[in-house]
Amino acid sequence: MSNVTLTIDGIEITVSKDKTILEAAKTAGVRIPTLCFHERMNPIGSCRMCVVEVEGFTQPMAACDTRVQDGISVTTNSGQLFRIRQDSLKLILVNHPLDCPVCDKGGECTLQDLVFEFGIDKVEYHAPKQDRLSEYATSLIRYWPDRCIMCLRCVTACREIKAIGAIDIRGDGYGSQVVSVHPDKCESCGECLMVCPTGALTENLSRYKGRPWISERVMTTCTYCGCGCQLELNVLNNSVIGVTTRDDAGVNRGSLCVKGRFGYEFIGSDERLTKPLIRKNGKFQEAGWDEALALVAGQLSKIKKESGPDAIAALSSARCTNEENYLFQKFIRAVIGTNNVDHCARL
Amino acid sequence: MAGLAATFGSGAMTNPIKDVLKAEAILVTGTNTTENHPVFANYIKEAVLKKGAKLVVVDPRRIDLVGLSCVWLRPRPGTDVAWINGLMHIIINENLHDRKYIEERTTGFDDYRNCIEKYTPEYVSKITGIPREDLFEAARIYGQASPASILYAMGITQHTNGTDNVKSLGNLAMLCGNVGVEGGGVNPLRGQNNVQGACDLGALPNVLTGYQQVGDDSVRRKFSKAWGVDGLPDKPGLTLTEMFSAAESGGVKAMYIMGENPMLSDPDLNHIEHCIESLEFLVVQDIFFTETAQKADVVLPGVCFAEKDGTFTNSERKIQRVRKAVNSPGDAKEDRWIISELAEKMGYSMQYADSREIMDEIRQVTPSYAGVTYDRIEKHEIAWPCLSEDHPGTPVLHVNKFTRGRGLFFAIDYKTSAEAPDKQYPFILTTGRVLQHFHTGTMTRQGSGLNRLYPELLAEINRDDAAELGLKDGDFVNIGSRRGSIRVKALLTDRTDRGVIFVPFHFHEAAVNLLTNCALDPVAKIPEYKVCAVKVERAS
Ligand code: SF4
Ligand code: SF4
Repeated sequence: MSNVTLTIDGIEITVSKDKTILEAAKTAGVRIPTLCFHERMNPIGSCRMCVVEVEGFTQPMAACDTRVQDGISVTTNSGQLFRIRQDSLKLILVNHPLDCPVCDKGGECTLQDLVFEFGIDKVEYHAPKQDRLSEYATSLIRYWPDRCIMCLRCVTACREIKAIGAIDIRGDGYGSQVVSVHPDKCESCGECLMVCPTGALTENLSRYKGRPWISERVMTTCTYCGCGCQLELNVLNNSVIGVTTRDDAGVNRGSLCVKGRFGYEFIGSDERLTKPLIRKNGKFQEAGWDEALALVAGQLSKIKKESGPDAIAALSSARCTNEENYLFQKFIRAVIGTNNVDHCARL
Repeated sequence: MAGLAATFGSGAMTNPIKDVLKAEAILVTGTNTTENHPVFANYIKEAVLKKGAKLVVVDPRRIDLVGLSCVWLRPRPGTDVAWINGLMHIIINENLHDRKYIEERTTGFDDYRNCIEKYTPEYVSKITGIPREDLFEAARIYGQASPASILYAMGITQHTNGTDNVKSLGNLAMLCGNVGVEGGGVNPLRGQNNVQGACDLGALPNVLTGYQQVGDDSVRRKFSKAWGVDGLPDKPGLTLTEMFSAAESGGVKAMYIMGENPMLSDPDLNHIEHCIESLEFLVVQDIFFTETAQKADVVLPGVCFAEKDGTFTNSERKIQRVRKAVNSPGDAKEDRWIISELAEKMGYSMQYADSREIMDEIRQVTPSYAGVTYDRIEKHEIAWPCLSEDHPGTPVLHVNKFTRGRGLFFAIDYKTSAEAPDKQYPFILTTGRVLQHFHTGTMTRQGSGLNRLYPELLAEINRDDAAELGLKDGDFVNIGSRRGSIRVKALLTDRTDRGVIFVPFHFHEAAVNLLTNCALDPVAKIPEYKVCAVKVERAS
C-alpha cells in the first residue's frame, strides 16, 4: 500500500493511503473528539463529533469516514467546528435526561465527558416529548430508551463483531429506539452493553448495587473457558458486583461471553463451603482445620504404610491455578510417593 | 493431546488465537466455537467477514458457524478419520500439497500416502454420508489456501479413536505446509480455563512439569534434588479413568480430589459411583458441596479464582495473572495453604510466602517456563516455551523445525466407534455444553443470571425423528442406553442430524453421563462421550 503525506493542525505526517483522517490524526498525536466511532467497528458516522475542515472544501467532513489524500491540510479545531460539535451534543441532549446521578454509567460516560468538555450548561432546543417504550431487553440487559442517543454502536457491534444482528433501530426521529429484532438469536453476550457510550444499556444483575467510582476494579483472568479473557471484577464491600472489560487488555479486546460477563454470582453464593466437613457415623459435621487436616494426613499415612503409595490416587484441577497444580502434584509425588495424579483434561 | 504430541512433538495449540485473522482458509471441526469458545468465535467471524477468509465447517450438528461457511460437511458421528483421509486423497490427486515442505520438514510420507490411496471420494462418501462434491470443495478450499488454520475441540478427541483423529488433522496440516507458519497450524481449543496449565505443571500421571517424563532418570534426579527427597516414583501412574477402575478392584484405596466433580463429568456414572463407594477414604477439596463431595469422608473448603493470586495458562499457551479481588467466605482457605499444611502434617515442609514464590520454583525446574516471571507477564503477553528471562516466548510453535525434529506422518485407517447404533438402540447420543453453562454446572447454575437464560436441560432431537416418534416440542422423553436411562425435555431442532440426539452434561437432575460409554481411546484415555447408542421413547 503506497503512502501519502498530509498535514493535520500543521503537523506533517506520512501514512498509508487506506487510512482515514481520524487514524492519521491518532498517529500524529492529535485528538479528535468522537462519540459513535469504535476501533473495532467500521465507521458509523452518526454523531458528527469528529468533523474536521479540509483546506479547499467548504463543508466540514467526518474524520472517521474520510480517507486521507496526498497533500491535504486538515484542521481539527476551529470556532466553526466547536459550534458544530456543541450543536450536535445539544441535539442529543434534547432527549437525553440528565439523570446522571442515578445512572449506572455516571462517572464513566463518554457523553457526560463531552458535554463537560464542550461547556454545555443549557439546551435551547425543545422537541415534543415522545414516550419511548423500553422494548429491547434480555433478561440480563436493560434498555433505557430515554438515555439512548442513537449512536448505533450497539447495533453495529452485534452485527459486525458478533455477526448476529439481534437488534436494530425502529421508528422515526425522536421516537426511534433500539429493538430486539431476533430475540431468539441474542446470546446475552453483552457486547452491545459494553460499547454503549452512555447508560442506555445497563446490566440487569447489578443495577443500583454500586457506582463506578466507588467500586474497586481488579484485573484478572476469566475462570470459564480456555480463551483466557481478561476482565475486571468490580468489587464493593468485599463482594463482586459486576464485571467490566478494557478494550486494550487480552485476547478478548473488550469482548466477553455471557459466562464471563454475567457468570459471577457463584462467587458470593450462600451455598459456598465455609468450613471443613467430616463424616461421622454417616453424617457430615463441621470441623476445625486442625482436626480435618490431621484426619486426612493420618488416613493417607496409614494407607500409604499398609498398602504402599500407589494405593493412593489424586485428581488435580483444571480450574485451579498453575501454582496450585504444581504444589498438588509435588505433594502427591514427593510426599505420598506415587505418580497417580491426573486431572480432567480429557473430559 | 497425545496425537499432536506424537505428530509434532508438542500437544498444544500451535498458533495464537488472533492468528486466524491471517488465515486464507479456516477449517473448524468438532468445536461448537460460538457456544464453547465465544471470544475465539469472534475472531473467526472477523476473519470471514472482514478479512475474507474462507470457512469450512465439519460437524454433525448444524452449529451457528455453518451460517458463515463456504461449505459444511456433515459426517456421521465417529467417521472423522474417513473424511480427513478423503480430503487428503483429493489434495494429493490434485497436486495441491506442498512437496517442498514435506521433503524438507517431515518424515513418514510414503507409507502414509499408500494408506490414503484407498480413500477415494466415493468410498469416503459411503462411510461418512458426505456428498462427493462437498468433499471436493472442502479439499480445494483448504488445499489452495496459504496459510490455512485448523481448529478443533472435544468433538474430535472424545472418541475411542480420538488420537487417530488428531493425528489425521496433523497429517492434513503438514501435507499443505501449514504448520509453523503464521495464520496456520493445528489448534485444539481447551475447554476449561486452565487445562493447559494443569497439563504444563505436571498434573498428569506420566510427566512432571513441562512434559518431562517420569521415566527419565536425569529428570527425576533433578526434581529429587530440587524437592529435597530421596528419589521419586519412576513408573507412570494411573489416569483418571484407570484410577476409578482400580478403586473398584481394590488397588486404589484412597483418593484426594481437588476441584473436580467426576460424579457428574465422568462417563457411565453408575459405575463411577460404585468405584467411589469402594474407596476406604475420600477427601474432596472444592468450593461447593458437589455430587462428589457428598461421597467424601472429609470435605475441605477451597477458594475460587476471585479469592486468590496466581496464574492460568490459556489455550494459546499464554500465562496470565489471576488476582485476588475479595476475601474468601468463612473459614475457606486457599488451595495452596491446604496442600502445604497437609504436607507439613505428613512431615514434609512446603512453605511459600506467596504464589510468586511458587512460580519462581516452577521456573527453576521447568525449562519451558524458565523466563515466565510475574513482573514480565504484568507488562507483556508471554506464551511458552519461554526459556529465559530475555526470551520473548513462542507464540507460534514449530517455526523452521518441529519440536520433535521432523513432523511425522502417520498412516491411519478408519475404524468404527466402540458402540454403533443397532435395532434396540437405534440413535447415536452425543454430549456437550451449551453457551450459558459450564462443565458440571457447579458455578454457572449458582445465582439467577445464567439460569434465567437456560433454566432446564433440553435434549436436541431432529424434527423428522421427532415426528416419527410422535413428539412435540417440550414433551418429555426417556433416553436409555445399555448403562442407564434419564428423563428430559425434548427440543425439536434441525441442528442435530437424523438419528442423532444431543444432550448437554451440566445438569445433575438428569445426568447424561449415566448413559455414556466408558470405552477409552487406547492412547489418550479419553472416554467416548461423543458416540454411544441409545433408544428414545416418549415419557408419560
Ligand atoms: S447481548 Fe450480544 S447478541 Fe444480544 S443484542 Fe447485545 S450484542 Fe447482540
Ligand atoms: S468470557 Fe467467555 S470466551 Fe472469554 S474466557 Fe470467559 S468463558 Fe471464555
